[in-house]
Amino acid sequence: MDVFGSFALLLALVCGVYAFAGGIAAIITRHPLLVKSTRQAGMATCVLVFIGTFSLEYLFFTDNFASAYVVSHSNKDLSTFYKIAALWSGMEGSLLFWSFILSIYVLSVLIAYRNKNGELMPYVGVVMAGVQTFFLLLNNFVESPFKSLAAPGANGIMNLVARSDGNGLNPLLQYPEMVIHPPNLYSGYTGFTIPFAFALGALLARYPGEKWIHLTRKWAMIAWMFQSMGIMLGAHWAYAVLGWGGYWGWDPVENASLLPWLTGTAFLHSVMMQEKRGMMKVWNVWLVFCTFMLCILGTFLTRSGVVSSVHAFAQSNIGPWFVGFISLTFLTCLVAYLKNRDYLKSENQLDSVISRESSFLFNNLLFLVACIAVLSGTLFPVFSEWFTGDRISVGAPFFNKVDIPIGLLILFLTGVGPLLAWRKTSPDSLKRNFGWPLAFAAVCATVAFALGFRKPYSLICLYLCLFVAATIVLEFYRGATVIRARSGASYPACVIDLTMRNTRRYGGYIIHMGMVFVFVGLSGAAFNKDVQKGMRFGESMHIGPYTLVLQTSDTKPNPNYTAQRMVVEVLRDNQPMMILNPEKRHFLTAKEENGTMVAIYSTLKEDLYVVFAGDDPETNLPVIHAFLNPLVKWIWFGGVLVVFGTLTALMPNRRAVLVLAGTTQPAAAHPAAQPLPSSVSLREGHD
Amino acid sequence: MKKQAKFGIGISVIVVAMGFLAWLGYGESKTYYHTIAELQTLQGSARAQRMRLGGTVAPGSIRKLSGRVDFVLEGEGKKLPVSYIGSDPLPDTFADKAQALVEGRPAEDGRFVADHVQAKCASKYEAAPGGDTAPSSTQRSSM
Repeated sequence: MDVFGSFALLLALVCGVYAFAGGIAAIITRHPLLVKSTRQAGMATCVLVFIGTFSLEYLFFTDNFASAYVVSHSNKDLSTFYKIAALWSGMEGSLLFWSFILSIYVLSVLIAYRNKNGELMPYVGVVMAGVQTFFLLLNNFVESPFKSLAAPGANGIMNLVARSDGNGLNPLLQYPEMVIHPPNLYSGYTGFTIPFAFALGALLARYPGEKWIHLTRKWAMIAWMFQSMGIMLGAHWAYAVLGWGGYWGWDPVENASLLPWLTGTAFLHSVMMQEKRGMMKVWNVWLVFCTFMLCILGTFLTRSGVVSSVHAFAQSNIGPWFVGFISLTFLTCLVAYLKNRDYLKSENQLDSVISRESSFLFNNLLFLVACIAVLSGTLFPVFSEWFTGDRISVGAPFFNKVDIPIGLLILFLTGVGPLLAWRKTSPDSLKRNFGWPLAFAAVCATVAFALGFRKPYSLICLYLCLFVAATIVLEFYRGATVIRARSGASYPACVIDLTMRNTRRYGGYIIHMGMVFVFVGLSGAAFNKDVQKGMRFGESMHIGPYTLVLQTSDTKPNPNYTAQRMVVEVLRDNQPMMILNPEKRHFLTAKEENGTMVAIYSTLKEDLYVVFAGDDPETNLPVIHAFLNPLVKWIWFGGVLVVFGTLTALMPNRRAVLVLAGTTQPAAAHPAAQPLPSSVSLREGHD
Repeated sequence: MKKQAKFGIGISVIVVAMGFLAWLGYGESKTYYHTIAELQTLQGSARAQRMRLGGTVAPGSIRKLSGRVDFVLEGEGKKLPVSYIGSDPLPDTFADKAQALVEGRPAEDGRFVADHVQAKCASKYEAAPGGDTAPSSTQRSSM
């Protein structure tokens, strides 16, 4: 199966090269048969990558310990679930997995548009094939996952050897999130290839109008959704597995996943400027280019160990390949832009500081500044070494200093932006849209201050969260009132109806609401507490309203590891509440590694997070480290809401034609009595 | 005032403010990377900087005392005694012969006082290509 798999990958490379080179020839000659054959070569590439990936997975399932990759990342007793995840637990497999997910996207695009956009698709196909070829080169010649174990025999010839058991999967990865986090993140990273291919293709083809934006919006949103989910799951994994009580450490690889998310988010907003007003065309094209390059950079940082990190793999020789590919991509983009820049002339100018356009402008500026800050902080060791000879790193204070204020400003715009009118907003509409939310947030924040919620950033964050949430609720309420006035249905039914009529706009509001929840959760971090203590059985410790009593400890057998488990009873107001079981797992494979399992009791108000931190060597007492982290659950809930909102926004609008007919009618019938409905229906279709 | 000027002011206020904050954060958290051999040649103020050193944990050198963990870090033939005084538990991968990164400042008596330790477990098995031994970390964010 290993020969089969490596042959499939080699053939995939051949097809990829043909799709790339043949595609360029097809664009020049415009020969219809050539166009068709390169498209089919593109499809064949994808199918062959699928076959290669499934072959490697087959080696895992059959415990083929003659394969070097399987030996390093699996063992007999590893459960089936984690044998799937073992595929992307090492360098070679994860690069193959990158190709695999990219192929899913490419195949979907090739099939979905096979009879459409005939002028544009050959260009798009060439760009996609170019990216695939690069990764297939790595899969075949630099980091092949299909190497076999070999040892020199008596006659000096290398002989194949098979091992009886593998070294096992890294315990840090043996956690359910680790099975779904990488596929999500990779789907995000690879997914931005599609908007990139369309943007570059449209620029090269000088494809008329804003069609490429309409074509790629959904792809960009899908990639963005996966990227968001990947980041969230990664944060949750760090929280639940690493046992340091936090979810985000400004680690280079975490930052790497945030970078394309920031530019991707900026892009999803600024495309609206191009759609509605024909502005920011150059900006949009470059945002897509940068997002794609940051995705490649992210993959590079994760895989190369350029900047040391929790996740980075050992130093390897893929560095120059990635640097070369990013440089080549940048040059291609630059040349394409310089040659075709007249095609990207803006059609309009900014009219007013208080307008939708300007809110988008500032939104983009803030996302970009955040991105530059994170990027420069992450790559600081590399650049400082180049310029000064000293390798200097910056830590969490650097990132927090810059990114917290930016986050709060963006949060503010989240509330303000969607309600400003295009071109110019009247003072009257400002008062109508923001009067109540501002007052509501001010009252609530005052109450919170009186109750002791007094860290400045957290208080500002809470205030803005309340304000933004109020504007969003008000928007839903107003829209639902209009529909209710006509249909007489219940409010919840009207809200659903409203959302389905303009999924993009109201889906966007749901995403914003999700981000509000995330910010609520982040604001809790200022109030974290922790206590650590070596404890005898029967002894207790106090944290917040909880009392923890260490009852006893036991061991839990499992074929793959032995676990030492602490039995911690939790009391609140002297009433027994529950038993928590933080544990240490000792894995029985050749690497003899340990893993920590955190026990978390999570409520909307706070998380009680208990870690068994090993035995104190002096006293031999088990050390219990307990954290009280307020509001963390809101972050995960916000993440779910963001995904739900994106899925909503991806759905087609229902009864788009009826909306216009329906909402104008009551507005016309009672123009004086209902000023709001008309404003709602007039803003229909923006988002 | 002209619109362009208003936008210009808005944009520059944001950029300048963020630049200033970045500079503050940089001063607070910059950490120099040095090797153990380099540390012994550093003079004056360079010795007082916050720094990060990498090396291998000398076998049998780990002594867990109350409130701190002492061990010896080896690299390039040199040895450096380290005291870890951080509040976080040491990572699961921290053991004899593990590759470790320590962050902190050198003390007067020649010891290195670390408040963060990252460790990557030693590769006991034969060097498989691209073996992933993800280091775990005691590093804690203040987010």
